[in-house]
Amino acid sequence: MLLITCPWCGPRDESEFSYGGEADIVRPPEPEAIDDAAWADYVFMRTNTRGLHREQWVHAHGCRRWFKAERDTVTYDIRATWPMNEEAP
Amino acid sequence: MKARLPTGGRIDRDQPLQFRFNGQALTGFAGDTLASALLANGIHLVNRSVKLHRPRGIIGRGPEEPNALLQLGEGATALADQRATQVVLRDGMQARSINGYPSLKFDLMAIFDRAAKLLPAGFYYKTFMGPTGWWEQYEKIIRPASGMGRVPDGPDPDRYEKRDLHCPVVVVGGGPAGVMATLVLARAGVPVTLAHEQSQFGGGWLASRSSIDGAPAQDWLEAAIVELSQLEHVTLLPATTVFGHYDQHFLGAVERVSEIRPNAPLRERFWKIRCQHLILAAGAIERSIAFANNDRPGVMTASAVHEYIERYAVLPGRQAVVFTNNDAAYATAHSLHRAGAQVEIVDSRAQSGEQAQLARQAGMAVHINTQVSNTQGRLRVRSVELRHADQRCERLPCDLLAVSGGWNPSVHLHSHARGSLQWDDALASFIPQQDLAGVESIGAMAGVFDPNAALAGACEAAQRAATALGYATDATRAPVINPAEPGPTGLQALWRVAGRGPAFVDMQNDVKASDIELALREGYRSIEHVKRYSVLGFGTDQGKLGNILGLGIVSELVGMTPAQVGTTTYRPAWTPVTFGALVGTETGALFDPIRYTPMHDWHVARGAVFEDVGQWKRARYYPRAGEDMDAAVARECLATRDGVGVLDYSTLGKIDIQGPDAVTLLERVMVNNWQKLGIGRCRYGLMLDENGMVLDDGVTARLGDQHYLMSTSTGGAARVMAWLEQWLQTEWPDLDVRLTSATDQYATISLAGPLSRALMTDLGTDIDLSASAFPFMSLQTGTVAGVAARVQRVSFTGELGFEITVSADYGAHLWEQIFLRESAYAITPYGTEAMHVMRAEKGFIIVGQDTDGSISPLDLGMAGMVSARKDCLGKRSLMRSELQRDDRPQWVGLKPKAADAVIAEGAQIIATATPQGETPMHGWVTSSYFAPRLGYSFALGFVNAGRTRHGETLYAWDLDAGVIELEVTDPIQYDIEGARQNVE
Repeated sequence: MLLITCPWCGPRDESEFSYGGEADIVRPPEPEAIDDAAWADYVFMRTNTRGLHREQWVHAHGCRRWFKAERDTVTYDIRATWPMNEEAP
Repeated sequence: MKARLPTGGRIDRDQPLQFRFNGQALTGFAGDTLASALLANGIHLVNRSVKLHRPRGIIGRGPEEPNALLQLGEGATALADQRATQVVLRDGMQARSINGYPSLKFDLMAIFDRAAKLLPAGFYYKTFMGPTGWWEQYEKIIRPASGMGRVPDGPDPDRYEKRDLHCPVVVVGGGPAGVMATLVLARAGVPVTLAHEQSQFGGGWLASRSSIDGAPAQDWLEAAIVELSQLEHVTLLPATTVFGHYDQHFLGAVERVSEIRPNAPLRERFWKIRCQHLILAAGAIERSIAFANNDRPGVMTASAVHEYIERYAVLPGRQAVVFTNNDAAYATAHSLHRAGAQVEIVDSRAQSGEQAQLARQAGMAVHINTQVSNTQGRLRVRSVELRHADQRCERLPCDLLAVSGGWNPSVHLHSHARGSLQWDDALASFIPQQDLAGVESIGAMAGVFDPNAALAGACEAAQRAATALGYATDATRAPVINPAEPGPTGLQALWRVAGRGPAFVDMQNDVKASDIELALREGYRSIEHVKRYSVLGFGTDQGKLGNILGLGIVSELVGMTPAQVGTTTYRPAWTPVTFGALVGTETGALFDPIRYTPMHDWHVARGAVFEDVGQWKRARYYPRAGEDMDAAVARECLATRDGVGVLDYSTLGKIDIQGPDAVTLLERVMVNNWQKLGIGRCRYGLMLDENGMVLDDGVTARLGDQHYLMSTSTGGAARVMAWLEQWLQTEWPDLDVRLTSATDQYATISLAGPLSRALMTDLGTDIDLSASAFPFMSLQTGTVAGVAARVQRVSFTGELGFEITVSADYGAHLWEQIFLRESAYAITPYGTEAMHVMRAEKGFIIVGQDTDGSISPLDLGMAGMVSARKDCLGKRSLMRSELQRDDRPQWVGLKPKAADAVIAEGAQIIATATPQGETPMHGWVTSSYFAPRLGYSFALGFVNAGRTRHGETLYAWDLDAGVIELEVTDPIQYDIEGARQNVE
């Protein structure tokens, strides 16, 4: 079980969190202006990074706030976590 | 106790313990394991092997034991598959062999052994492929002949708990190296935890004659434990098995509390341990050698024989042969010799070494450059066959054969966390590469068998850990061990000896060297495949004794080095873990929270039958005497049509939405329009995921200028709340809107039926109930029966309906006020089943029953709800050509031609009355009932292009009912124009 640092609550067991997938995927501002391929890219396609990966987590059984994390998908080492509206440390 | 030595051992001869094995009354001593107590009584034969039913004896001394897997106790506390070598003997213990019918000594299933040639590796894969249906016949024979014991016959009455532990340094293994490392850390002031698999610390030293300054080495170790136990920053966890090592230095461990304190109210405790530094001192396990009939009772590992003599004062045999390829077994030979056994040593190595010389000086015969090629004896070894270098053979009578094929470091905990291994030529085994940050392996686990080197290495590892954590270490140095017993030095790898007869590699699974040969001959090359095909290492011991031996045999056969062949993956758990320990207290009533509505007690008193909806207990129906569910549901539906039906609707998910951007949020997450919804009005809304599929639905009311109350499905409340929060926090942080879960704060009572308005009036309300003041799909606030209430005029049943929402504290009061008028208004309580039936008659969907994450609003015929004016989640996906196809499954009604034929939910829709072979599927059934208000059975479901097929005859099919002829209809069957719910 990973130990994840919630930016508001501090280090907690992974079981308190839910995973929210890759971070920094922006919803297209005008979905109807883009073609099916571009829309599918947004809905379905993810980078599946080997190495440092930016992702979203929510402290579901805690403060219920979303935040971003940078995690090494090979070692599971979590380099940093930070609030949604801030730049990566 | 005919094999018990008169003196010595770490047993308490003042505490005799009575126990039974296969019904026979026996005696042991406190300090015995079940295995040592059996051996003390001269019992070697303890089991039959799982596949071939060969007689098997105790071979090992710890977690590696593949044979002595016994059944302990009976009833609800029965334990199957217990390794006798790790079971601490208790007074009154009842142990039984797992296999052996009618008796251990005469096992009818031993016929399998005679037929062993017919049961090679892959036999099951090859033989039981077909024909279809034959497996049921094979199974009748195979099941009783196999297995690992009997499961308990009732719920586990024992108690367990879980604990978290955060400690800067954890040391796993309380042998000499682990205790040394702990001592160095403790003296430096570092908070440290030492976990040890056995209840007594010491490891190999408990059976060792090594000494420090003329005293037994174990004395030094015990003094160290006393010192550690007095330090507050040290946690000692004896009888604790660290079974898994996971990411970020997270360990899973089980403490067998009752092993140390038999009367403790707790049987086991599951520890979840986190540390910054991990020192692994898990030791090593001696391996065997594959020679013909190497599995007879009386054939043991040399280290096990040594331990039974020195630690338990048990002499497992009086006429012993020691077969070795390294120096370590000579310590066993000396132990046997000292204990009075006649000993002959068979050393496979070409040259006579110092140890051989010492043995001869002590009076033992040593055969150099000689191998044991076979054994004889039926239920116990009676003689062994030696093959000398010149191929001359001779037979030696014996009643014990102690074997050492070398030692395998227990690298498991290093490997669990993806640490790499490297082949050590001197040991002919794998040792950990020290490649995990903050993790070090020491002692025999790291391949260091010289005790002085192991202790020095332990000190250094501990000092490195202390320094890394910012602690200064003191001058603690390792004691000097002199003399020390020989380790596995001078080893010359010997994996198998040629000979006639089965040479076992994995005894628990009856995997022989010939099975490995067969696997290779049939084309398997990867060790992972060889393992799976031959089931090598697949037992509950996970091949602790046999895996490296098997690897050695494979490498010889394919002409590669073992390092090139590589090892299989070691995975948790190190030894089997009790389910109860993992569950802890989260069982029974504490397994999952149960949620009750404020009116629950009334439902119970009324005899309601409940169903689980998420965590909620909901009344499903209220049977009267003699009624089954169908009769009760029919009565509840008709009563609602004719009078008033009352439903406890408190479980409905409620999300309070407030803020200037509340309407913007609704517009973005729902398919329909919300801009023009006036205060005091409510509207049905549909939510999609970004893939365009229905996520949830429900009625949302506008309570104020910037205030909405969204209702969700009962089961979907938490999911919808999390969904909205995710979008607000991650994508739309600019929206000024707040969400609050209000489900538990309110009780909701739904009144439905033609008399519901009269009932409302009689309850006493200041709300104008006239249709003009209070039209369908609107809400009013006021008081009802003296309680502040919000009333919505909505209908899920198709009847005139009012939903009264009050503070949860008043729910029971209002409910009782309603039922005071029960006879005057023909009031009938109805449950979820009648609700489902009535909504089906109206063609309403239930998300999660009728939809499954692959249904779009277009499929449901709700395209008209999707606003063209604005975007919302999932809308763009609806424009994809695939979702626009007009032959997609579409929401329809399905009306059986026979009015009383109720189709099974989940049934397939087909176009033929006589399906044969592959029959094209035209759809499926999602909801199906006898519909009392309609007077016929009726189902809902999906049919390809179903909206264009109304009136068509199709067939439902399921395994039980077969074919049911039906007509495709509109989903709405009851009161299609809505006159009843819109009643003036």
